[in-house]
Amino acid sequence: MGYPHPSHAGEHPVLSKHFGDAGARTFDGWVKRGGYEGLKKALGMTRDQVVEEVKASGLRGRGGAGFPTGMKWSFMPKEVVKPHYLVCNADESEPGTFKDREIIRWTPHQLIEGCAIGAHAIGAERIYIYIRGEFTHEHRILLAAVDEAYKGGALGANVFGSGRRIDVVVHRGAGAYICGEETAMMNSIEGKRGNPRIKPPFPAVAGLWACPTTINNVETLAAAGHILRQGGAWYKGLCRGNPKSTGTKLFSVCGHVQRPGNYEVVMGTSMKELIYDMCGGMRPGRTLKAVIPGGSSVPIMTPAEVEDCLLDYEGVVAKGSMLGSGGMIVMDDSTDLVYQVMRLARFYAHESCAQCTQCREGTAWTTRILEKILAGKGRREDLDLLLDLADNMTGKTICVLSDSCAAPVVSAIRKFPAEFDAYISREKQPVMVTA
Amino acid sequence: MSTAHAAGETHQPVFVGPTRAQLEALFPKYPTKQSVLLPALWLVQEARGWISEGALHEVAEVLGLTPAYVKGVVTFYTMYHTHPVGRHFIQVCTTSPCNICGAEEVTKAFLRHTGCGELGATSPDGRFTVIEVECLGACGFATPVLIDDDFVEGVTPERVAGILQGYK
Ligand SMILES: Cc1cc2nc3c(=O)[nH]c(=O)nc-3n(C[C@H](O)[C@H](O)[C@H](O)COP(=O)(O)O)c2cc1C
Ligand code: SF4
Ligand code: FES
Repeated sequence: MGYPHPSHAGEHPVLSKHFGDAGARTFDGWVKRGGYEGLKKALGMTRDQVVEEVKASGLRGRGGAGFPTGMKWSFMPKEVVKPHYLVCNADESEPGTFKDREIIRWTPHQLIEGCAIGAHAIGAERIYIYIRGEFTHEHRILLAAVDEAYKGGALGANVFGSGRRIDVVVHRGAGAYICGEETAMMNSIEGKRGNPRIKPPFPAVAGLWACPTTINNVETLAAAGHILRQGGAWYKGLCRGNPKSTGTKLFSVCGHVQRPGNYEVVMGTSMKELIYDMCGGMRPGRTLKAVIPGGSSVPIMTPAEVEDCLLDYEGVVAKGSMLGSGGMIVMDDSTDLVYQVMRLARFYAHESCAQCTQCREGTAWTTRILEKILAGKGRREDLDLLLDLADNMTGKTICVLSDSCAAPVVSAIRKFPAEFDAYISREKQPVMVTA
Repeated sequence: MSTAHAAGETHQPVFVGPTRAQLEALFPKYPTKQSVLLPALWLVQEARGWISEGALHEVAEVLGLTPAYVKGVVTFYTMYHTHPVGRHFIQVCTTSPCNICGAEEVTKAFLRHTGCGELGATSPDGRFTVIEVECLGACGFATPVLIDDDFVEGVTPERVAGILQGYK
């Protein structure tokens, strides 16, 4: 449901069905609502059967990249020689994204159930749930739920009498966006600085402590419970014609809409329907200026691109952006895009782990140029310089944080040139930029 | 036991009594001692409010790491304090999604009402420190503010004075 707002008829609540219902938070409450049925079913199946079921569902990773989950699980070695690990990514720090937090705070057992299914599917006995340090309240909720899950038999040495051991360790981050990147997260769990690692080796070969590891987003794992309970075919049927993007997806909508919140819709729903019908559109007297649809790391969209955009992986790509994490930042005509792009560049500069020159220098330099333009000291050549820098920041670094900084900058310059011109031609009053 | 450190002050060990027990309980959860570093640093910060040079040495010692290594890790993560802060630590999100919803005005209101004057400074009465942070993962509830361990949603400049009354 469109938490914190009542459900809208256009929604299809599966994961969000119990948002706002504190009764669903406890072990008993979750069981009463049909919880842990999916896990019990999975335990009666072989590893391969569980992987096949998830493959059949068409589920793709909800953390941003959209990689098919069943396929990712199938990369894990069949023989368990070294320990296997599952890491659940609850770092949620991509600007615009706030869905995983809602899953954890209302339905922690939904996540634990999905984690246990994932662990069974990849032959892991231990799961690390990496939760960002700022989620203080959710951290407490999760710890309490893990405790209850042990007492209820959903975790421990003999999960629901199956003879299978599954343990959960909740690991708390300490403030670093980059730890959301999978290999940085592994370093962070190992007690190191959160620097991304060079790939290959991929995590399924050498991840945590050089052991085979799978990493999945909170929403991905939460969906697994429903897929096991209701079947892969049921999940795959939840789509509007595009078989490559199936199931429901939580969209976090924020910024200038009347009802910001988390809305769960079937893949392929229209973006306009989400923004205008469900979220109530812009505030009175305001019009849409731009949307960043997939968390701040993707290209900005114009209102024309939003017009007939379908919310699935391919649909958003067709309109010049990416679905990413499903964090939609909606900006109306009161927005100073140059200023906001500068804020985003500053975010990436602040969060760069500084291993790669293009990223370390590029993010900082991009920020400074944008600040200069805002201060009324920009020249036309600065835009070329920004594009040139962005080119050097794309596809050349250990991880894609660098690309993520370039994407909004390039798209803003290309799609909204008048915003930059207004500062460069001194038509617009310079802005005091506080660092 | 107390460990002397560079600044010459004496450090009262953190990992004694219940905190020691909490630390010991972490070891079975990880295959290496080094992996206990982040949770151990959280234990220090919870007990002392910040991570002093002495505490850093103590952590290094109990985990079999060098102090330089521990320092390298501590400084990577923004939530660990390497300096004492006010009794209440206030973090206001000002990243774009909150920014377009008025987060900078919220920050100004906090600076004004706490008497901190500027970001990162502690108020003269030692009560507050205010900083801006990047996205808190609650963008639909602009403006979210983290005060110590309390996550407050939907903060507006008008609410600031009232919120602060809850923190003495
Ligand atoms: C800089 C950066 C930050 C990321 N942050 C997150 C995050 O906060 N949460 C998340 O689930 N994935 C994040 N990812 C993606 C993860 O690396 C990884 O692809 C994902 O957790 C895989 O899970 P999935 O297959 O279930 O989507 C980030 C990636 C990068 C490059
Ligand atoms: S691209 Fe940036 S964040 Fe990623 S590894 Fe390189 S320096 Fe670090
Ligand atoms: S931008 Fe403020 S919480 Fe995300």
